Amino acid sequence: MVAGFAPSDALAAPRGRAEAEPVAARTVRKPGSEVRVDGIVKTFSGDGPAALEGVSLAIAPGELLALLGPSGSGKTTLLRVIAGLEIPDAGRVFFGATDTTDVPVQRRGVGFVFQHYALFRHLTVFENIAYGLRSRERSRRPGEAEIRRRVGQLLDLVQLPTLASRYPGQLSGGQRQRVALARALAVEPSVLLLDEPFGALDAQVRKDLRRWLREIHRETGQTTVFVTHDQDEALELADRIAILNRGRIEQVGAPHEVQDDPASRFVMSFVGETARVAADIAGGQVWVDGRAALRAREDWPEGPVDLCLRPWHLTVGGDEAALLGTVREWRRTARGTVAEILLDGSDSPVEVKVTDVHRKGDRVALQASEARVFPRG
Amino acid sequence: MSGAAALGLPVRAASRRRFRRPSAMPGFRLTFGFAVAYLSLIVLIPLAVLLLRASALGPSGLWDLVTDSRNLAALKTSFGLSLAAAAIDAVFGLLIAWVLTRYTFPGRRLIDALVDLPFALPTAVAGICLATLYSGNGWLGAPLEALGLKVAYTPLGILVALVFVGLPFCVRTVQPLIAEIDRSSEEAAAILGASRARALATVILPPLIPAVLTGFALAFARAVGEYGSVIFVAGNLPYVSEIAPLLIVIKLEEFNYTGATAIAAVMLLMSFGALLAINLIQDFSRRRFGHV
Repeated sequence: MVAGFAPSDALAAPRGRAEAEPVAARTVRKPGSEVRVDGIVKTFSGDGPAALEGVSLAIAPGELLALLGPSGSGKTTLLRVIAGLEIPDAGRVFFGATDTTDVPVQRRGVGFVFQHYALFRHLTVFENIAYGLRSRERSRRPGEAEIRRRVGQLLDLVQLPTLASRYPGQLSGGQRQRVALARALAVEPSVLLLDEPFGALDAQVRKDLRRWLREIHRETGQTTVFVTHDQDEALELADRIAILNRGRIEQVGAPHEVQDDPASRFVMSFVGETARVAADIAGGQVWVDGRAALRAREDWPEGPVDLCLRPWHLTVGGDEAALLGTVREWRRTARGTVAEILLDGSDSPVEVKVTDVHRKGDRVALQASEARVFPRG
Repeated sequence: MSGAAALGLPVRAASRRRFRRPSAMPGFRLTFGFAVAYLSLIVLIPLAVLLLRASALGPSGLWDLVTDSRNLAALKTSFGLSLAAAAIDAVFGLLIAWVLTRYTFPGRRLIDALVDLPFALPTAVAGICLATLYSGNGWLGAPLEALGLKVAYTPLGILVALVFVGLPFCVRTVQPLIAEIDRSSEEAAAILGASRARALATVILPPLIPAVLTGFALAFARAVGEYGSVIFVAGNLPYVSEIAPLLIVIKLEEFNYTGATAIAAVMLLMSFGALLAINLIQDFSRRRFGHV
């Protein structure tokens, strides 16, 4: 994990922190600024549910943060509010110490990468990348030679040095997205925002670009926020992950934190595979269908709960106090045998590694080495 | 195919240049045959007859007719004003299409429907309306005349009529393209720091150019051939506000059929030349701006 990883209290740390990491400063490097949103509320079309219901989040300088959530959770809206493409109904946006809520999008100095690239189709790759530089007011606009040098540098950075004179229509999806990133980086933004940057690409290209984005981030050090609905992408790329659901942030934390210590049932089931069993806790036991299935931990609440289990914490076998389930499917794979088991009290089957041969319809007992409970209601 | 080649059988037309590229989808012969037959019956044969009649005049006779000062003045009026009208339509059509597509406001659908009215209205009705409106004591004519601007019965009146009949072309051709504009490329331009004016000039308008040119060409073609609406508002003074189509009618009324066909043939050639030029520009701009 890179130094940018920061639990929320580290935000108070001096800004030099992100710069301190060793970096081959080959290209545009500018310390990213802290981004903070405070109580953002955004509603579309009057009566509908709010897209964002009071979201607060602080992103450390130089951090790579993922906004993860299902579609309609408000993650893209939040990104667009930070960019200045949406005006929030309430709440403030800060870049460093400056309140940028009312700064128009043209002067926020953010880089933005769109899901569908949004390249200018009638301009060459070169002109696309140079667009931001050419758009500056006269006093800050670099000369033609400088623009050439900078675009050349960026083309090298995104590994497309030979495509300067092509049109976007002549590029593959992965190449287009790299041009879009170069275009966003050209204006040396202190904050880089990416909206589902790999969403429209096929699996292999996604994988390559992911790794490559990580490297670019290491090299340029911008504060980077990207939106994704793909948990693998978030877990692999991000220093920290903010998980959104229905316009609220459910949890913010490092990948291992959200995975191992989910703050809510939603986070538990959204990040990583989960089996959910309806249960009751009474007298130090977890009861499923009137049977004691598990010893309750002391800090677990009494009453009706959802018992959440990771499939890899389940093993078949054991005695009385166990979860029961029915084998739905059993198959051999290259890595062993797997049974698809529907646990009693659950409505979707889980895949559990097994050693014995099972037949469809077999009743089995399972032990859980770890479990989490969330009050039901 | 490759199987046949392996067996040493002649592969049919493998290297021969073909009339059309081979396609797996059937239907070429049928549609092409229909297209040619229809085009011949409706366009090519009548035009050929026209050219044949005109050619009876001989090159020198034709030249004399064309360079006749009254004919020349009429042709100039027709083509000059048609170009001007098409240019005005292109600008205002783009603006109207933009407003109708990009914004929702009460009465938008009504205005959208109104745009097509110049198509439906009998051209004579339009001409009489415009003449009444712009004449010295009309609603618009009176205040304009007070400002020293005479519209009805002058070339300006012709221009107004031609702008009126050509407008729908320029709105309808650009409207679908404006609807298709990718909002995110506008947003990208803004995020990159481009002012609204710069975004408009460099990102939004260039892709619309081919469609604007199509509208321009259609409005121009319509304006050159327009007769009904113009003659009521033009005043029809020889050398000043007389259009070529009117001159053709005058010649016909004088039973001067060769004279009429000669002017018609010249108009035809000039229109064809102008439309061809516009099409070539359009093709160029499509290659330049239309990369998808």
